Amino acid sequence: MRRSEIRVLILRVGGTNCDRETALAFRDLGVEAEVVHTHRVIREGSLPDYDVLVFPGGFSYGDYVRSGVIWAKLVEAYLLEDLMRFVEEGHPVIGICNGFQLLVELGLLPGFEGRSPYPEAALATNASNVYECRWVRLKNVNRGNCPFTRSIPREAIIRMPVAHGEGRFLFPREWEEEYLERLYEKDQLVLRYVKPDGSFAEGEYPHNPNGSFHDIAGICSPEGNVFGLMPHPERAYYGWQLPDWTRMGRPPEYGDGRLILEGIVEYVERRF
Amino acid sequence: MKRERITRREVPFPLYEVDLAGAGDEELLEIKEALGLGLSLEEMRALRDHFEGLGRRATDVELQTVDQTWSEHCFHKTFKGLIETPEGVVDGLLKTYIRRVAEELRPDWCFSIFEDNAGIVDFDGVHGIAIKVETHNHPSAIDPFGGAATGTGGVIRDILGVWADPIACTDVLCFGPLDTRFEDLPPGMKHPRFLYSGVVAGIGSYGNNMGIPTVNGAIYFDEGYIGNIVVYCGCIGILPKDRYFRDVKAGDAIVLAGGRTGRDGIHGVTFASAELTEESEEVSRPAVQIPNPIEEEKLKRAIIQIRDEGLGSGITDLGGGGLSSAVGETAHRYGLGAEVELGVVPLKDPTLAPWEIWISESQERMLLAIPPKNLDRAMEVFEEEDVEATVIGQYTKRRRLRIFYAAHIVADLDLGLLFTPPRVRRRAEWRPPRLQEPRFEMPPDLTETLLSLLSSPNIASKESVVRTYDHEVQGRTVIKPLQGEYSGPNDAAVLKPLPDSWRGIVVSCGMNPRYGKIDPYWMAASAIDEAVRNNVAVGGRRVALLDNFTWGNPERPDRLGGLVRAARACYEIASALGTPFVSGKDSLYNESPLGPVTPTLLITALGIIPDIRRAVTVDLKRPGDLLYLLGETHPELGGSEYYRLMGFLGLSVPKVDAVKARETFTRLTEAIDRDLVEACHDLSEGGLAVAASEMAFSGGLGLEVDLGAVRVSSPMRDDLLLFSESNSRFLVEVSPDNASEFERVMEGVIFSRVGRVLEERRVRFYGSAGRLVVDASLSDLLEAWRSTLR
Repeated sequence: MRRSEIRVLILRVGGTNCDRETALAFRDLGVEAEVVHTHRVIREGSLPDYDVLVFPGGFSYGDYVRSGVIWAKLVEAYLLEDLMRFVEEGHPVIGICNGFQLLVELGLLPGFEGRSPYPEAALATNASNVYECRWVRLKNVNRGNCPFTRSIPREAIIRMPVAHGEGRFLFPREWEEEYLERLYEKDQLVLRYVKPDGSFAEGEYPHNPNGSFHDIAGICSPEGNVFGLMPHPERAYYGWQLPDWTRMGRPPEYGDGRLILEGIVEYVERRF
Repeated sequence: MKRERITRREVPFPLYEVDLAGAGDEELLEIKEALGLGLSLEEMRALRDHFEGLGRRATDVELQTVDQTWSEHCFHKTFKGLIETPEGVVDGLLKTYIRRVAEELRPDWCFSIFEDNAGIVDFDGVHGIAIKVETHNHPSAIDPFGGAATGTGGVIRDILGVWADPIACTDVLCFGPLDTRFEDLPPGMKHPRFLYSGVVAGIGSYGNNMGIPTVNGAIYFDEGYIGNIVVYCGCIGILPKDRYFRDVKAGDAIVLAGGRTGRDGIHGVTFASAELTEESEEVSRPAVQIPNPIEEEKLKRAIIQIRDEGLGSGITDLGGGGLSSAVGETAHRYGLGAEVELGVVPLKDPTLAPWEIWISESQERMLLAIPPKNLDRAMEVFEEEDVEATVIGQYTKRRRLRIFYAAHIVADLDLGLLFTPPRVRRRAEWRPPRLQEPRFEMPPDLTETLLSLLSSPNIASKESVVRTYDHEVQGRTVIKPLQGEYSGPNDAAVLKPLPDSWRGIVVSCGMNPRYGKIDPYWMAASAIDEAVRNNVAVGGRRVALLDNFTWGNPERPDRLGGLVRAARACYEIASALGTPFVSGKDSLYNESPLGPVTPTLLITALGIIPDIRRAVTVDLKRPGDLLYLLGETHPELGGSEYYRLMGFLGLSVPKVDAVKARETFTRLTEAIDRDLVEACHDLSEGGLAVAASEMAFSGGLGLEVDLGAVRVSSPMRDDLLLFSESNSRFLVEVSPDNASEFERVMEGVIFSRVGRVLEERRVRFYGSAGRLVVDASLSDLLEAWRSTLR
């Protein structure tokens, strides 16, 4: 598929608020990106018209009840059939921040046995108990299952910001070790928080900003095409968005967030 | 009352009539009390005369309308009134001292000032930048979370109210010391720590939920805020200048959109102009509104869509006074009248009386004027965004405000009466406080003093607060409030509003409440200088200013005397710096059983940077670079953090030489444009020593400074050199390769080379006799700075 033909759908509802910058970043990559209200996609049945689906960051419906859960229920009630077909066809489905929370609530991530009817994990309140906006270091630990980080060398460290109050990735305590093993088995771990020296954060604040189990920042589905992450690639897309670009003289053209979004686009180019 | 002056009218809903005819002063006051009005006796008399002239009774809706419109909060009576001072009569503070700066400078880049909900300046010829800063002190004192959140929500609506898309928020907060003893609090007063955590959470919640980055601010602690906290909320937006629709015609529909109307926020404006008492919690709780940021997020989307499609002819937010102000003010502005049916307003509680619907300040509501031909499409846009919108009436040729409820007329007011309240006349007199300059020995260990200063609450890192605000959402933040790995304190935020332009905006602020205890004039002057120099330090120029006064009861001549003095400084200093005021807001009557609030003037500065890639940050960049100190240091430590640490207030308040300051600012801008500046930091609280330490630990590099090289107006002791807070100064890092060019650019400005950047992670100051007077490791400095508000 040619890049200029690729259509990215950025879904939103009331309270979604990272849609604009996500669309701008995708457009910079030479693809078409549209921000559309979930109601309209449901009404028009237009999901199959797109090649990539993004659930962007924000506070969907105020994140009342639990982060992402109301939006997830809306999708489950009215969009599930189209969405499952979209996933099964191998299209990329990306959840950033609130979008990651939604994918977990929807049972698509980790999705050990396909979509689970109930959440198998949680993005719980940060261990610090407050909302945090800060840049973090992440290691690409995926062995190749997630097609979107393939251009990032394994073990490479990238930087992106997080901004959330509920990003602490947790499994049910009694299943913790077993589920982690399954993540490894199916190569579903993608990004983990690390310290400045490149070693894993081991839960140490602020390198692991939320107290996530096993320093998990992003995971993918067993098939690799559903990917959720707490950090914001769209806020680390341009060099001038970096927190310390003034130490480099002039800002570099791009930041590390571009690697992730470009990986998605390249996958569609290859696959479809 | 001699006879029953308030009677219920025979209608199927609650409506009261008030017979004002022949009412004496005492009766007028009783009526005022019974209806919960904030009007003065003189104003009540004017109303009595008006209705006597009409020969009919007034309705409660009518009296409430007048009460709202004439309130200090809505009409700014003090700033528009006559003030007698020992030096003569000031005919309107706003006109004489604030607006006049722009009227005399006549900047062609000011698009709309002091006219609309927000000031608008030109950005790139095509777009305008709208900016507004509000106060929300009283509500935040009662309900810190709700008060602060709705303060943010309110100022965001001010930006929407000029058709602009909000791209950034600011917040400046003042609290009593966090270690205030509970025993020292009067009954009913909340502890500073409770207020602090609630206010911070409220601001973060609203901005984060709406997806608007909070990029600049300050937190200030002082005993004078124990009884009266101060909450300033600001918002900045962008709009295409040709989408600034202000052309309402008779027949245009009045559309109320957003949240439902409830009993929250009744008499908010009256409460805003009342003193806080033990009973405020109980009496005024309904005056505080309830926040729902997601409602406003949806409303924002709908309004921007309506703007882009050009469907509306006018817009305003519902703030103080609710519908009564919004409808009345828009009708008045366009020389029209209005007819409104209150029965169709969507309610949270169906038992609301007409007057409550009319003046409720429930949040997340906007008022739009839509020409009939666009009405269907506009309503469709609201529906698509899940926003409730209702046509509640229309604008009319007849310049009257006619309000109906279930087809019964409940108010019929002449707009002329509404917008010509009796002009207030107040007396002002400022007497200099009796103060003296302290005499004390220089502390033997100045390193220890520096560490104590870094951990003093007004200087210490606010990271634990700043990180709870999303400052990067929308992806426009180029220079963040906290810099790099060590989260150093940048002087201003830089945003890149447009995807296809390198042009940026620079946002900064200045505030020095402690100086005001010595002289409000120099407090105001210093705040302006600080706001502008913060802006210039990162590369900003063409600066527009906003003034936000928080003061005590203006009916007391001493309070007003200080206010007049501060306002005069605004005119004189801003004129000399060439920085016009484009918007502002005052909050008066900040009094509690502990006395008046510490008089506080916040100056917000909005600058432009032609290319964001030239923006400068605070962190030192390279060992071996040279350090220059721009500006002159004076023995001015009155009101300084150093004196406070030593237990003094002092007398020698820092002054501003605006002519010299302007020259320094211009040259520094030139040096930045020529890429000669590696890092830059303004000198403020804690002076040279604190600024140098912050630059060092922000960059993870050490430095050494020779105090003997500092340019002074008269010889000074080492401690005074280290901690003087003289205005208009910067510490600048310059690469040795650029030193001669930098010095050439600076020629004529008072400056000197004072030190250099070290690889070794230590900060060293050598005293005037060549002796090492400060020697501290970066980790100790950083730890001191971070530990207080962790």
